[in-house]
Amino acid sequence: MTRSVTELTVSRDDTRIARLAAAAIALTVAEAAIPLPLPGVKPGLANIVTLVVLWRYGWRDAAWVTLLRVLAGSLLLGQFLAPGFFLSAAGSIASLIALGLGQHLPRRWFGPVSHSLLAAFAHIGGQLTVARLWFVPHDGVFYLAPVFLTAAWVFGLSNGLIAAHLLTSGKAPGRT
Amino acid sequence: MAGSPLKTWLRHLRVGDVLTLAVAAAGCVASFALMWRGEAPDRAIVRAGGRIVAELPLDRHRELDVAGPIGTTRIEVDSGRARVASDPGPRQYCVRQGWLSRGGAVAICAPNQVSLSLNGGDNSHDSLSY
Repeated sequence: MTRSVTELTVSRDDTRIARLAAAAIALTVAEAAIPLPLPGVKPGLANIVTLVVLWRYGWRDAAWVTLLRVLAGSLLLGQFLAPGFFLSAAGSIASLIALGLGQHLPRRWFGPVSHSLLAAFAHIGGQLTVARLWFVPHDGVFYLAPVFLTAAWVFGLSNGLIAAHLLTSGKAPGRT
Repeated sequence: MAGSPLKTWLRHLRVGDVLTLAVAAAGCVASFALMWRGEAPDRAIVRAGGRIVAELPLDRHRELDVAGPIGTTRIEVDSGRARVASDPGPRQYCVRQGWLSRGGAVAICAPNQVSLSLNGGDNSHDSLSY
């Protein structure tokens, strides 16, 4: 037996995804510092990064960036494996599924705002489902659904507009 | 300058986006209607000693006297609402509750074993006993 050296080759894809995920993680951490009136209602600024990545590099990269962000963000905020982590993971996975379907919408008519809304609503849907099945096994969790959905509409619109703005202004992250 | 800031932002909206926004907004409104609807009651249910003695429709005025162990409780029904108008009980809690109009609302005159409840909504209690 000879000494074996495990060598990790870093591809261009890896660097790009790492850079984009870093941007998303920074937004997650920054957002955690913003005081919010209702638990569960937050802008989800990191989703702007997901949208830009989806638009520019496709769904696979968007999924990597999102899942890395959820994992690393929760580690940084001390939320890893806490209820909030599972809720945010469930929401993110649901939005990724929605984006996977939504990316096939004709881009001539459906821009980042549509994607953003789809993702935001799927996020709430995923979170409420997990909350209902696991944390609060009572239909009472749905009582606040209208508030969450309204927040999803507002932040879905604003995040989508910001993503669209970044994409057209050429200032989007990930440009090398 | 490229127009007002609002216009600059709205430029990013495509036809389908407006459609998506409209559908999503309709979904929000529907969720409010679905989740926060206080079911409108249409009947007042009067119980004495735990048994239903009368079910009064809320669409017309009506007064009803119910006999209990310590006297007579007077129930009054008016358009869409009902109240205990008078009761022989010492503390008058059920009378002071005033008009009930939300589905599932209950006024209980415990000393006289009379209760008035409106149908609809979630029943906030499982059963009543004296």
